[in-house]
Amino acid sequence: MRQLKAFYAFWYDFIIGDDWTVAVGVIALFAIIWLVPTSHAVAWLIVPIVVMLLLAFSVWRLANPRSST
Amino acid sequence: MGPAFLILASFLACSVEMVEALTIILAVGVTRGWRAALVGMTCGIVALAVIVGALGPALLLVPINALRVVVGTILLIFGLQWLRKAILRAGGHKALHDEAAIYQRELAEAQAAGREVRIGLDWYGFTLSFKGVLLEGLEVAFIVLTFGSTAAADGRGSIQLAALGAAGAVVWVTAVGVAVHKPLSRVPENWMKFAVGAMLTTFGTFWGGEGIGVIWPGSDGAILAILGFVLFAALVMVTVLRKQREQRPGPALVHAA
Repeated sequence: MRQLKAFYAFWYDFIIGDDWTVAVGVIALFAIIWLVPTSHAVAWLIVPIVVMLLLAFSVWRLANPRSST
Repeated sequence: MGPAFLILASFLACSVEMVEALTIILAVGVTRGWRAALVGMTCGIVALAVIVGALGPALLLVPINALRVVVGTILLIFGLQWLRKAILRAGGHKALHDEAAIYQRELAEAQAAGREVRIGLDWYGFTLSFKGVLLEGLEVAFIVLTFGSTAAADGRGSIQLAALGAAGAVVWVTAVGVAVHKPLSRVPENWMKFAVGAMLTTFGTFWGGEGIGVIWPGSDGAILAILGFVLFAALVMVTVLRKQREQRPGPALVHAA
């Protein structure tokens, strides 16, 4: 069990790191674009913009830990 | 994506990780002896080659759209993590990676550890060197596999090309390490991480988007536009953080991996 936890902790830290909100946001973004019928003209604009908003939110959260809690 | 981009991305990522692995190997070599350090390093490189050799062909069997979505999503999450750390460091909210300080810490720990000989090797030195190369190299193996397999599935590259970039980095970092015989503290590590994070984010966005059905205007040309947008946004964030830091200096910076 301990080894399983260590294995999980290693991969969690490796892929997700110190802010899980980015991982959740990226998965939610791709799921919404895939499931909801969206015009391609809109989709290619939405994806990079939302990705950068997720990054900005994550940077802000980690740079201002008190205000994010 | 052109082959040059593929090689450059894996070269930069591998350079960053190799600089960190070199610090560990040098500390082990100086304190515990070069035999254990070099055998540990070689075993670590062989283990990484086995991982890439075993998983590479398996990834090529995955259907292209599933590969793009899965690889794109993981690359994007992974890349945003690199980019976030680089932005926080460049913006003064996280301590820069100090190879000289890390070297001194590794040196002290290696000197303090007891000596146990197994299979004719100083076991502490061997395991530290092996783990250092394997763990630092896993990120590179991951990038080589994901970049290489997706580029190969698209017919625009191969795992071998990505591995070539990584091998080039191993050669130059090893050569410089042997020549200077001390940690490479002058390498602009954070800006290299910044560049790799921006590239991973760009390709993650592009491939993930393609996988869920987004049609990028200009096809591959969109990669450059996304990269430009990512770099611009990241630099704006750095500028904002620097101004914030100047206006209200915070507590002491925390060293992080």
